[in-house]
Amino acid sequence: MSHHGSGASQRTVRDIVFVDGVRTPFGRAGEKGIYAGTRADDLIVKCIRELLRRNPSLPPERVDEVAIAATTQTGDQGLTLGRTAALLAGLPRTVPGFAIDRMCAGAMTAVTSTAGGIGFGAYDVVIAGGVEHMGNHPMGSGADPNPRFMSERLVDPAALNMGNTAENLHDRFPAITKQRADTYAVASQAKLAAAYGKGLIQPDLVPVAARKPGEGWTVHSVDEPPRPGTTMADLDALRTPFRPHGRVTAGNSAGLNDGATAAVLASAEAAAELGLPVKMRLVSYAYAGVEPEVMGIGPVPATEKALDNAGLTIGDIGLFEINEAFAVQVLSFLDHFGIPDDDPRVNRYGGAIAVGHPLASSGVRLMTQLARQFEEDPSVRFGITAMCVGLGMGGTVIWENPHHPDYSGTTSAASATEGATA
Amino acid sequence: MSAADFIEFAALFPDETVTHALVRDIELPAAAGKPSPGTFALITLDNGLDHSKPTTLGPRTLVELGKVLEGLRERAARGEIAGVGVTGKPYYLVAGADLSAVKALEKREHGLWMAQLGHDVYRTLANLGVPSFAFINGAALGGGLEIALQSTYRTMSTGAGALALPEAFLGLVPGWGGVYILPRLIGPENAVKVMIENPLSNNRTLTGPQAFELGIADALFEPADFLEQSLAWAAEVISGHVVPERGNAVDPAAPDTAARWAAAVAAGRRFVEAKTSHAAHAPGKVLDLLEANRTITQAESAELECETLAELMQTDEFRATVYAFLDLVQKRSKRPAGAPDRNLARPVTKVGVVGAGLMASQLALLFARQLKVPVVMTDIDQGRVDKGVGYVHAEVDKLLGKQRISQDAANRTKALVTGSVSKDVFTDADFVIEAVFEELNVKKQVFAELEAIVTPDCILATNTSSLSVTAMAEDLQHPERLVGFHFFNPVAVMPLLEIVRAPRTDDAVLATAFELAKALKKTGVLVKDAPAFVVNRILLRLMGEVTAAFDEGTPADVADNALRPMGLPMTPFTLLAMVGLPVAQHVQESLNAAFGDRFPVSANLQKLIDNGVKALWETAPDGTQEIPQSTLSLMSFGTSPSTGEDVLRRTQDALAQEIGLMLDEGVVAGPEDIDLCMILGAGWPMFLGGITPYLDRVGASERVNGKPFLPPGRASRPAAG
Repeated sequence: MSHHGSGASQRTVRDIVFVDGVRTPFGRAGEKGIYAGTRADDLIVKCIRELLRRNPSLPPERVDEVAIAATTQTGDQGLTLGRTAALLAGLPRTVPGFAIDRMCAGAMTAVTSTAGGIGFGAYDVVIAGGVEHMGNHPMGSGADPNPRFMSERLVDPAALNMGNTAENLHDRFPAITKQRADTYAVASQAKLAAAYGKGLIQPDLVPVAARKPGEGWTVHSVDEPPRPGTTMADLDALRTPFRPHGRVTAGNSAGLNDGATAAVLASAEAAAELGLPVKMRLVSYAYAGVEPEVMGIGPVPATEKALDNAGLTIGDIGLFEINEAFAVQVLSFLDHFGIPDDDPRVNRYGGAIAVGHPLASSGVRLMTQLARQFEEDPSVRFGITAMCVGLGMGGTVIWENPHHPDYSGTTSAASATEGATA
Repeated sequence: MSAADFIEFAALFPDETVTHALVRDIELPAAAGKPSPGTFALITLDNGLDHSKPTTLGPRTLVELGKVLEGLRERAARGEIAGVGVTGKPYYLVAGADLSAVKALEKREHGLWMAQLGHDVYRTLANLGVPSFAFINGAALGGGLEIALQSTYRTMSTGAGALALPEAFLGLVPGWGGVYILPRLIGPENAVKVMIENPLSNNRTLTGPQAFELGIADALFEPADFLEQSLAWAAEVISGHVVPERGNAVDPAAPDTAARWAAAVAAGRRFVEAKTSHAAHAPGKVLDLLEANRTITQAESAELECETLAELMQTDEFRATVYAFLDLVQKRSKRPAGAPDRNLARPVTKVGVVGAGLMASQLALLFARQLKVPVVMTDIDQGRVDKGVGYVHAEVDKLLGKQRISQDAANRTKALVTGSVSKDVFTDADFVIEAVFEELNVKKQVFAELEAIVTPDCILATNTSSLSVTAMAEDLQHPERLVGFHFFNPVAVMPLLEIVRAPRTDDAVLATAFELAKALKKTGVLVKDAPAFVVNRILLRLMGEVTAAFDEGTPADVADNALRPMGLPMTPFTLLAMVGLPVAQHVQESLNAAFGDRFPVSANLQKLIDNGVKALWETAPDGTQEIPQSTLSLMSFGTSPSTGEDVLRRTQDALAQEIGLMLDEGVVAGPEDIDLCMILGAGWPMFLGGITPYLDRVGASERVNGKPFLPPGRASRPAAG
């Protein structure tokens, strides 16, 4: 319950801060992947427990909500994930939870909707995250699209396949060539490898024990999808599965992956009261819809809307964490805002092309990485996390860096962050 | 020696379900800013089957594990690994030695090899050149727990259960190092608790938190991320950041240890005496090893342990225990011989109990708690009804007070049990059981009244212990619906239910009775309608012999203690007092009426009943047990006293004769059911194998019937041995 004083008729909007975020190492979906045979709900439970371990000053009973996203909410991702995960993680039974879905932007939506609740005064502290085990739940499995989509031509059936929408985006922006997409993808792999080399990824990973028939138990503590050392020649050799002589390949798009993420958010007052670190302050967020056939362009209107809400311009943004569902989708965003393909403000640790994209979980990965970059670079005041969403949407969240000298947050928590303690 | 030296031996077990030792290399997590402490080799013990098939340690399993460990020892020597861990498939570390394999060891030499093989493998685990860790994720019994004890460090899951060294219960000793390591790790007093007191207290086991509290493990983690946290902890230990504290550990060489050690052993011996009268050898052997090993090396102890195991593995007691424990209690009880197809069973959604006395009230409580359906009791007046319902409600409140059930469960159970003076409340019952006065005509009248009220499908049951179910069914319109449902006192505790089939009882009724038994968490055994069925017939034959010897002039203490070598849970006269002299006499009379002199009715006993004497033994002012002069003067005795040996032999022969006759009459499907009944209904010890393996072992079966009850090898050493 909120401890924030607000009368029945008067409400003040409160500052919302990002306290901490973690994720499981991501795996490749399928029988050979590291999480074949592991349950999706177990993945999210490990994240929640790690958050509580890393933040011992947070009494578990002070968590007011657990919002967990998944795109396919059946089987091990069913049964109101937020509530089941809270119970399985050992949170007190008094802590409620719910499940949430906005496809790829699931975890992002879990963050923004609970953040709305914090701002409004309904919550002090929440856990928000997402999980997708695409091995257990192949994309679109169990879906039953309404025949009206086709009969009334509401959506081109091809738009239900994300790879096709990426090819469509290449058609719309002929300047974005396969060459540019592959160059971007090679850089993504290289940037992730460099970040791993500097130990910037590992501190926010939760180790996960997994067991396979005939192999026994092991504990996974690094991502499985990355292919460090990928070259242009490697990417040239790949087929274009969505079109003959197309441009979109497995190499310049995110793979099919398994993984989970979770974050703690709080009101600035609650963070100060409980001695929780403040890694970022939420400035604004926005979602926008676009034509489903070119869903990858979604982040452009979403970002414009979020900037407008915040009274900022693109020039104010010092760091970008954009989900890389497809290289073409990132490049269309960069072209729109006049940002070079290799701008050092963009995806410093690489992106989903290298690390993977377990659909509903990715939003919090972007935030956790942005928070770490804020800490590394106090000269940056504002950063954004953005992603495209299937069926033609985009989502953008703008964050402020508490380490910046002009930080506007009313509360300066004792230690903004001390990084990993695990 | 190495594991390879045992390959020939292991080849004798082609059918073993091998638990494989699967190894994965894991990079140990680094502390902040530090390099990883190195590579960790994690062994998963896994037989590739689901949780219904526990992992066990047979000869082939041990050879494989030994080879894997030897390979890891070499890798450790090359500096490739910094530590080794052992964990299990879900729910098990390892359930223990493969008892089927051990039971099949035909020669003493084979048992010795088995013991030495275990020591060889565990010695490798304890001397890898790098620290070893057991991550105890689930059940760890016997040799399974000893794997953990032989490791350098242990972590425990709060979700782990079934942690024990049950060897003393099984007729063995914790002889793969457990008996040596445990007292040093957790203190001799705690070691006696784990190795003696728990096994001899219905084979009690420890939970993870309890074992941790005793000092068996160094760290305790929750199941949700047990392995991840265990590994992180192991990394901290290997890198020297964490040094486990062992508050209960003792140094055997410390000056005050000798006295503590001796006192713990002495307390253990007193416990064994009280529990088994020393009728079983294994518990004493455990204490012998414990006593001896304080001042010797682990290697010297290992030799003693192997010798003791080799000896015990060849005893009939061990084999009888495995027969009783594995073949009967674990297996046969789940597949009752002669039970009809379970699909014939009808649902039971409301139960009636005729009578509201103590037995009826216990039944009502059991039905309400376990079936969670309405239970209605009737009696002849409101006062009795209120008393019966009141008893049930009071018992529920006791359970609530002990926090055995929740307030909601208490509310629910109480609301389920109601009473009435009219049997009309049975109109919609599916199952009505009577627990009224033990008199045939009374029961027949009850059933006649019931038939006028209940539906045609309603099953009628009797809890009679001595009357003929067949006779009760005689005048029923639907005799096929009557079944005997004989519980044992106290109903909530005793696991046996004798399900009595009368000649006309139909299969659907019987199938329902067996499903009901299962739902009540009882073991149903099918018995033919014969006087006193199984348990009471055998108990009264036994008590009849001892009472007769007493009446003939044998001193009371000689007669009553003559059966001590059998290790029964109580002496015959104590049992007599517990059952109640009038009840015992009543059943004895009906058996005498049915079978004549095999069940003599004691005139002395009748005199005691007539004078309101409730027990032969009473506690004297000085605390000893004696028969008061006032009791003795009521009785008259013969002049042909027997020795204790005579009484024992005479009783053995009587039991062999009675059981032989019961099997000839077809009272049960086989001697296994007799044994199962005596273990579950009378608490007779596993090391007797129930009773028939004991009678075979002491030669009574041969003397009386000219043949053993069970083929050699079934519950004894194979003939070739």
